[in-house]
This record gives sequence, structure tokens and C-alpha cells, in this order.
Amino acid sequence: MTVQLLLVQALNGLQFGVLLFLVAAGLTLVFGVMDFINLAHGVQYMLGAYLGASLAAATGSFWAGLLLALPAALACGLALEWLVFRHLYDRDHLSQVLATFGVILFLNEAVKVVWGNAPLQVPTPDLLQGGIALMPGLQYPVYRLAILLAGLATAALLWLVIERTRVGALVRAGASNRPMLAALGVDTGRLFMLVFGCGAMLAGFAGVMAAPILSVEPGMGDTVLILAFVVIVIGGIGSVRGAFLAALLVGLIETLGRSLMPDLLRLFMAASPARQTGAALGSMLVYIAMALILAVRPRGLFPARAG
Amino acid sequence: MAIGRRGVLGGVAAGALALPAIGRAQGGGVKIGLVAVQTGPQAALGTQLRDGFLQGLKHLDGKLGGLAAEVVPIDDELRPEVAVTKVRAALERDKVDFVVGVVFSNILAAIMRPVTESGTFLISTNAGPSTFAGKGCNPFFFTTSYNNDQVHSVMGQVATDSRYGRVFVMTPNYQAGRDAVAGFKSRFKGEVVDEVYVPLTQLDFSAELARIAASKPDAIFTFMPGGLGVNLVRQYRQAGLAHIPFLSTFTVDEATLPAQQDAALGFYAAAPWAPNMDNAQNKRFVADFEAGYGYVPASYAAQSYDAAMLLDSAIRKVGGRLGDKDALRTALRAADFRSVRGNFKFGANHYPVQDFWLCQVAKRPDGRFQTETVRKVLENDIDPWAAECRMR
Repeated sequence: MTVQLLLVQALNGLQFGVLLFLVAAGLTLVFGVMDFINLAHGVQYMLGAYLGASLAAATGSFWAGLLLALPAALACGLALEWLVFRHLYDRDHLSQVLATFGVILFLNEAVKVVWGNAPLQVPTPDLLQGGIALMPGLQYPVYRLAILLAGLATAALLWLVIERTRVGALVRAGASNRPMLAALGVDTGRLFMLVFGCGAMLAGFAGVMAAPILSVEPGMGDTVLILAFVVIVIGGIGSVRGAFLAALLVGLIETLGRSLMPDLLRLFMAASPARQTGAALGSMLVYIAMALILAVRPRGLFPARAG
Repeated sequence: MAIGRRGVLGGVAAGALALPAIGRAQGGGVKIGLVAVQTGPQAALGTQLRDGFLQGLKHLDGKLGGLAAEVVPIDDELRPEVAVTKVRAALERDKVDFVVGVVFSNILAAIMRPVTESGTFLISTNAGPSTFAGKGCNPFFFTTSYNNDQVHSVMGQVATDSRYGRVFVMTPNYQAGRDAVAGFKSRFKGEVVDEVYVPLTQLDFSAELARIAASKPDAIFTFMPGGLGVNLVRQYRQAGLAHIPFLSTFTVDEATLPAQQDAALGFYAAAPWAPNMDNAQNKRFVADFEAGYGYVPASYAAQSYDAAMLLDSAIRKVGGRLGDKDALRTALRAADFRSVRGNFKFGANHYPVQDFWLCQVAKRPDGRFQTETVRKVLENDIDPWAAECRMR
């Protein structure tokens, strides 16, 4: 394993982490501000990808598809909030989990009815075609770098909004002490809707961005959702800053663990079992890391909720 | 969007075919339980399988061996316990005469005993695990597909024939993935530079692609079914690795090509059948299938079509006497029908003895993608387990 390969893998990890962050940011806000467990967040990522794919196909341009998919994802998020989630805020977590799980099943099937079973494809936009040779023989796709940049820009924008604006202050206040915020006369219902809509849009954005490299298929949100939950638990529920750092951490551990574990194990094991156990260990590494972090800091790295 | 419409069309066609048959089948008809997954990300494969069988029935005017055929669709949901419950219901309540279909080996393993112990013939049109090819072979079980190991070994033979010295191997980390590696190695004479096992839930292959680039192999061998393959193929192309020959099994086929499109052009697959095979039976099948269902058939559809033809020939041979199981078995063994593959006969373990081809992804003049035969790699190949079978 050369230094060059290690750097490329680190870049891969960062890029995956940024994608995770886009999904996790909305999830952590919804969980933190509203104390609402939304398992259907991954479905919103899937919806974003499907909307982006069909709008890009309809308009013939990835960029038009992206621009149109964002408001469409927002509308879907708000519609779900209005139809389902709004009636669950006062229920306990178990009801929320059950109801949002139902939404997952429903939307996964609905997507299949509308778009069919077979995965869809979204071509890479012309502007971002091609790659940069970061190491001999490997073209690093420009599009992946664009995902990295877009994710970082979104993170910066989110930070600005949350740390520097009045709405952001309300969101932070909601995350740290919700009853007090309501007692001070803030319309929490509207705040919730806003947070929810933005969360859905961010997840949709991640879905559209991921569409040219990943296959757009029913159930694509489910795997992302699990990792997004790991991210928000590590980062501290309700904290966007925590979600950002945790997402990068999870992305790096996932990618580097997967590629380094088999090599590490080969130092003291036979080649063939080392490959298989290494692969298995590599995919467990994220969860081991989560367990360790929670053992040291049970509320995550940057807990948002006061006492 | 063509993909969206085809599910609806397929559904309508299935309904149209199944409904009128219900009334007729009461006296002297034949009932087929058709097990095809319709739930979850792999449902596209189940749809292929179902449509292939229904196309066969269409060509036979809705009859099998002269008996009006009724299809009882069974969605196994890719969950063994669900499959067993539904298949039991089909056997006991609907009294099906045959159980046909099954995409995945784990579902086949689950329904094997319930079906065969009730004295009903089970005809797999895709899953072909080694468990039922050797010591576990069964007088009530036939498959019109292949033994999985054969397909992987074809690619091993291809790599040896092409004198690839160093091959990079990558499969998902589960039983079928490890079997694929074993199958490939059984006929590959060169060096395996690296074996990489990825989780079945893998989304992003960037880490593995960097490894491939670093180890500069002569070719890669991979087995990445369904969505995994879609992601891998597109990312492989994007990473500029497409100059390294892409040898694969169950990774690029007509079920995944609509999503892979140009990214898969020129990539290799191994199969006993491809849509461009030049025989009258196949031409008729492919043309009518595309006209009826609006998409290019994959091997799942072709093997199911063959199963319909096989049943037709066997029931005709016994004169419609479905109760005479021994005569029916002899008639099935004879495989007296024209396969879309050309050559087709059963070995002693009721698995096909057939030719295997190296296929390559091509773009047709009408803009659709399909795999096309390049050359015959194995002729009249018998699976490696057949010798262990003691058929009662």
C-alpha cells in the first residue's frame, strides 16, 4: 500500500462522508429539534434521487433536473409532514418508529409502481465528465470532487444559517430546550415545518448528487439511513457541527477500514482467511467505533440538548 | 419513460392471461405455481422470470400439452419463511400440479422439501445451487438453468484461454460470492493478484477501484448481482479502468443494462443463452417478448420460457395424465422440446448438459442494450457435482 493509494482512499472517504452529512444533517435537526424519530428520512433521499432522475430525463439536462428536484423534494417533505408526521409529534418514540417505518414500506412500493423495479440511470453532467489522474492508472472522476465541494459548501451555508441568523438561533434553542422556546411565544409548529422541509430537501439534494454514481433503485435509502443514524448518534443528536465531523469520521473509517483491514490482518494470518475476516471486520469497524465513542461520551461528540 | 411503463404492461398482460384461465382450468386443466419475487430491489429479476413463462404460455395458446393452463403467481418476497408459507398454500389449497420459477437459491432451498415431499414436480428456472446437483439431487426436481458453479468456471476458462496472468477478483462477502471465487479458480491457471470481498450492502466502490488501479491486473473477475453491479459498472467506467477487461457473471445482463447502458459496453458475461442466438425458436421468443412486454429479455426470461416448453412436451407425452408421476418424470427427462439455446438435454441429476458462451455487452441499432455471444467456451458441459448424484 503506497502513500499515494492511501491519499486517494482518504479522499474517497471524505467524499462518502460529505454525502452522508447531507442526509444526516436533516435527520439530526429533526431528531434534535422535534424529538422525532424519522425512519422515513432515507426514503426522502431515495425520492430525491428518483425525482432528479426523471426530471433530468424529462428536461434533458442534469442541472435543470437538480434545480427542479429540490423544490419537488421540499414539497414531498412538507406533504409528508402535513399528512403523517404532524400527527405524531406528541406520541411516544415507538409510535413514531412504527408509523415512519410504515411510510418507508409504502413509499418503497409506491416508487416501484411509478418507476418500475429496474434501477434507473442518470448520466454524469457534461460539465463534470472525465477525471483527474491522481495516481497512475486511476482517473479520479471530476464529478466526485464536485460532490465533495457541493457538500462542503452546503455545510458552510448550514453553519452560517444556524449560527448567524435569527431562524438559526430558534433552531438551536429548539434543540436545547423545546418547552422553554414554546413558552417564550415562538410558533414551534411553523419552526418544525421549516426544519422538516429543509431536512427533506437536503436529503433530496444528496439523492440527486448521488444518482450519477450510484444506482437509483427502490430501497436505496435504507442502507444510507442506517449509516446516517450512526453519524447522528456519534455526533450528538441535534448538533449539525457534530453531524459534520461524525459524517467525515464515518466516511473515513468505512473506506479506509475496508481497504486496510485485509492488509493488516495479512501480517499475522494466512492470505485467504485474512481477506474474508478482514472484509467482515472492515464493515463492522464503523459500529465498533460508535460503541467506543459512546462508551466515552454517551451523548455523542457534541451534544446539543442541555442537561 | 420506457422502464416505468413496462411494469404496468407486464402486470396487465399477466392479469389478462391468468384470469380467463381460472374458469377453464377446473376440469382437466393444469395448475402452475409460479414463484417469482415481486418485492424488494430484486423484483426486476422476478418480473423477467414471470414474463418469460407467460410468453411461453402465449406461444402455446394458454395450454400445456393440450391442457388449459392456469398460473398461480407466488411472490416469495425474497424471504424463505414467506416462500414456504405461500408455496404450502398453493400446494394444499390451490392444488397446483407443478411449482415453477425461483430466482434465488435460498428460496429454492426453503421450498425444496415442502414441494418434492408432496410428490409435486419443482422446476427451477434460475436458481441452480450445487446442493441439489450432487448428493442432494431429487427425483422431483429439475432445473432449466444451470449449476451456478458452471457459469463462474466459464470465466475462469476464458481468463486462461486469453492468457491473463494476473487477475483481480472481487465478490460480495457471502456464500454465493465465495462460491463464485471457487468456481472461477477451478478453471483459471494464472495468478489471483487479490481477492476482495465487499459487504452485500456496498454502495460505493471507490476504495476497491483504487486498489484495482494500484495492482494493475490483466483482467478483473467479478460477481455483483443486481444493484451492486449497476453501481460497480458505472463507477468502474468513471474511474477510467475500462481498459482492464471486465469478466463478470450475473453482473451485466438485460435486467441491469437499462441502468448501466453505455457504461457496460464491451464488458463480458458468461451464459448458456443470449438474446442474439441464431435459431428460429429464439428469434420468435425474443421478437414476441419485446413486442409484448416492451423490454429485452434476460436469461431469467429465456429459461422460464424453456420451462413452459418443457412442461408442454412432457404433459403431451403422458397424454395429460398428471397423476402418473413416473411416466411424467420420464417425459420430463426426455426434454423433447426446442430450446431457445439450441442444444438442451438433462444430465443424470436433472441439471442441463449444455454449451456455455462468452458474451459481450453491445448496443443494438435501435438503441437498446443486450449481451451478445462472442464464442462458445464450454461444449456439452456437465456440472462438477453430477457424478455424486444417486437418483432414486
